[in-house]
Amino acid sequence: MGTASTKIASGAKARIDFDQSMAGLKSRAIKTGPTVYLTRRYRLSASHRLHSEAYSEEQNQTVYGKCNNPHGHGHNYGIVVTVGGPVNSHTGMVCDLGELDGFAEKSLLQRFDHTNLNTLDAFSQAVPTTENFTREVYRIFQEFVGARVIRIRIEETGNNSFEYGEELGRTKTI
Amino acid sequence: MILLTRKAVFSSAHYYWNEAWTQPENERVFGRCANKNGHGHNYTLEVTVAGEVDPVSGFVVDLKELKEILQREVVSVYDHRHLNLEVPEFAADTGVIPTTENIAIAIWGRLEGKIPGAKLHRVRVYEMADLYADYYGER
Repeated sequence: MGTASTKIASGAKARIDFDQSMAGLKSRAIKTGPTVYLTRRYRLSASHRLHSEAYSEEQNQTVYGKCNNPHGHGHNYGIVVTVGGPVNSHTGMVCDLGELDGFAEKSLLQRFDHTNLNTLDAFSQAVPTTENFTREVYRIFQEFVGARVIRIRIEETGNNSFEYGEELGRTKTI
Repeated sequence: MILLTRKAVFSSAHYYWNEAWTQPENERVFGRCANKNGHGHNYTLEVTVAGEVDPVSGFVVDLKELKEILQREVVSVYDHRHLNLEVPEFAADTGVIPTTENIAIAIWGRLEGKIPGAKLHRVRVYEMADLYADYYGER
């Protein structure tokens, strides 16, 4: 028992020391590391209907065409998230991918995957076009604390994609 | 100004390990990537160069020459190698862990100044289809 609790105590202390040292390392690395952008793709499936209350039925049909089908339709969306920042010289990483995946699971996939976008609060006042979806996802990812989310791209189909956010590689503009 | 991108592929083994940390610390931060027996990926490298179109050739850069440069400077060094054990920039005493981020930076270092007539614009390294790192030479 004594050995086990010593192990636990020493493990807990190591964890605290380690967390403190990591916090120190992160703050130091921010000043020195070269900037790299890391991009991760998530996938989710959702339905939507493009329809604006500001338009008449006929105008909705003209503007949105088959996307105005009253019963909706769906897509397999690719949500492409780019984070940018200094590479931590102790981990070699811009961002802990586990943290990013955890945030995406909770704040992106659980919120949007296998839903009807029109029924969600986020689209109560806005038509769930992929333009508006991209801005909403960008807004959500600004709450991620593990790294700075620079840019969001949403691939609606293999032929259509939408991007929102900052330009990458700004300091080396061509 | 035109941007031109050339792809190359290489397959390599690696693991993530910081020599300054204990084994549990490495395992906590790097998870499965800390397995010292290593694991591997098919990497895809995309190198983008920027330059003006030569009025005579119509090229920004000779693609065959760019392909040879990528082969000589990167693929011949990384392909079918263990990055930690066989590639000098990731040797244990450098402290540089062969993450996708650091691979992009290292490839930039290998290519910078070696592409005649064009400026290196971006190095993109895919570790897998849904994960890649971009480096623009920002310090």
